[in-house]
Amino acid sequence: MSGLIKIFDNHTEAVEVEKGVTVVPAANTIITTIDKIASWGRRSSLWPLTFGLACCAIEMMAAGASHYDLDRFGVIFRASPRQADVMIVAGTVSKKMAPVVVNLYHQMPEPRYVIAMGSCACSGGIFNTYSTVQGVDEILPVDVYIPGCPPRPEALIEGILNLQEKIKNESYYRERCLSGVCLIENSKFGAKDESHRNSEEIKR
Amino acid sequence: MNLENTKELIINMGPQHPATHGVLRLVLEVEGEVIKRCIPYIGYLHRGVEKLSEDLTYVQSLPLTDRLDYLSSMVNNVGFCIAVEKLMGIEVPLRAKFIRTILSEMARICSHLVWIATHALDIGAMTVFLYAMRDREKLLELFEMVTGARLTVSYPRVGGVRCDINEEFINELSDFINKFPERVEEYETLIDKNRVWLKRTKGVGVITAEEAINWGLTGPTLRGSGVYYDVRKFFPYDAYDMVDFEVPIGKNGDIYDRYKCRMLEFRQSARIIKQCIEKLPEGAILAEESPKIRMPSSPLKIDKNDIQFEIYVEDRNIEDFIKKFTDVYASVEAPRGELGFYIVCDDSAKPYRMRVRAPSFVHAGVLPKLCEGALIADVIANIGSIDIVLGECDR
Repeated sequence: MSGLIKIFDNHTEAVEVEKGVTVVPAANTIITTIDKIASWGRRSSLWPLTFGLACCAIEMMAAGASHYDLDRFGVIFRASPRQADVMIVAGTVSKKMAPVVVNLYHQMPEPRYVIAMGSCACSGGIFNTYSTVQGVDEILPVDVYIPGCPPRPEALIEGILNLQEKIKNESYYRERCLSGVCLIENSKFGAKDESHRNSEEIKR
Repeated sequence: MNLENTKELIINMGPQHPATHGVLRLVLEVEGEVIKRCIPYIGYLHRGVEKLSEDLTYVQSLPLTDRLDYLSSMVNNVGFCIAVEKLMGIEVPLRAKFIRTILSEMARICSHLVWIATHALDIGAMTVFLYAMRDREKLLELFEMVTGARLTVSYPRVGGVRCDINEEFINELSDFINKFPERVEEYETLIDKNRVWLKRTKGVGVITAEEAINWGLTGPTLRGSGVYYDVRKFFPYDAYDMVDFEVPIGKNGDIYDRYKCRMLEFRQSARIIKQCIEKLPEGAILAEESPKIRMPSSPLKIDKNDIQFEIYVEDRNIEDFIKKFTDVYASVEAPRGELGFYIVCDDSAKPYRMRVRAPSFVHAGVLPKLCEGALIADVIANIGSIDIVLGECDR
């Protein structure tokens, strides 16, 4: 075994294993950009907030349970927003619940992501009534939409993988929330740095 | 310690709390760890289902009932269909009745499995969650085989069911049902001898029989207190008067007895399904006079303003069939208790008013009584034991 390592260590040529990731075995070193490292860390341990609103929460629970086992993607449900990276809005957001959802979003540390799970969270679904918010994107910046009523656990897994793909191409340095705009007044929740998707400053 | 300067503390629990089973909010006034007052706030999942159904025809309202109690959507569908059938005077074919009974009991098992999973998880028994979800997944596969959906099935129709069940489904279901009592024993070995579980459930959250009746409780929550009441026995619907089953009742009315009741209901449900499979008759699955929706001739021609989902029965409009200006009440035994649909109709094909008598709503009302004088940790156990679903509670 020690012999093998020795031979491998003598291999001084740098090998590019992936675009932007170079390995120098002899120096026991990986050369890459900080963007890659940061996004690798971020996407490999997406901790969602245990936040069930309605029917979709049951499918979210099923996805986290023994059969579908979200843990294998590094997705571990956390009960506190302070420990969470991604908020899976699973279910109908009523107008009474909307301020609570926004409050929870602001309690999450940056960088934070939002998955809208199910038709209700995407667009209001069949509940086009006086009491429901017609899509959670009216109040929060949404990264991934998962349609379905409710979506299957496989669909949720696909959504999470898509979010990981999105994070992969993200810059490490994010001055402000790049993912979108929060429409409920920010000052109320003490988040002044919320930015706009269309803001010129960010686009530059 | 200077006790003069101590004061009552108000704790807000929910709406985002992993153990409140949805978006229930409780405001607790505590003195030390003892709860002086508990006020439940509901309405965080109010979606206006009742109002929405006034705008839809009787047939179209069916998918809304799925989303009331999403853990046992089949039972909700059946309840709604029975109410409309009563209104229109439709007799359901025998085979459809048996199929409905089979799937209703499957939904009951599903719902109770989620209940045992989350209730045990809240009290601290993690493993039960993984075991129960394993079995639930198998049941959902069976649901998918028949209805095409896992959770929100929309399977029954006014006057029967949508499609027939096949041999493959029956074989797989029989396999599952034969193994299921063993699985229930497995959960019981995980929980029943657990000293923590016993300490936290026995003698906690006691509801006496008299109180339970006065509060209007139904289902396992009522039966745990030793009151014999079950809609399936007292007002039989579907095929429940053609099968033999027992209604388990408790004695002390504490959390442990309610838990025991539900565990025994698992076995009774399995028994009902077994009998239904044996007795399943041949024949039609949809009554001839069941209402159908007249769809546009071609999906390409659909114009949003032009669309007419008028429902008809054999070239006659549904209005001819409805007993005008009457009201009906039909109730079914949902996993949580008596689920009733009260429909007032006028001379149109849409309900004038649809009111849902949701067991969860009634049960949420008993929470202050259960929690007063208890410890904070018991609140979680109490919420779990009365098994509320907020979708149904807030509607």
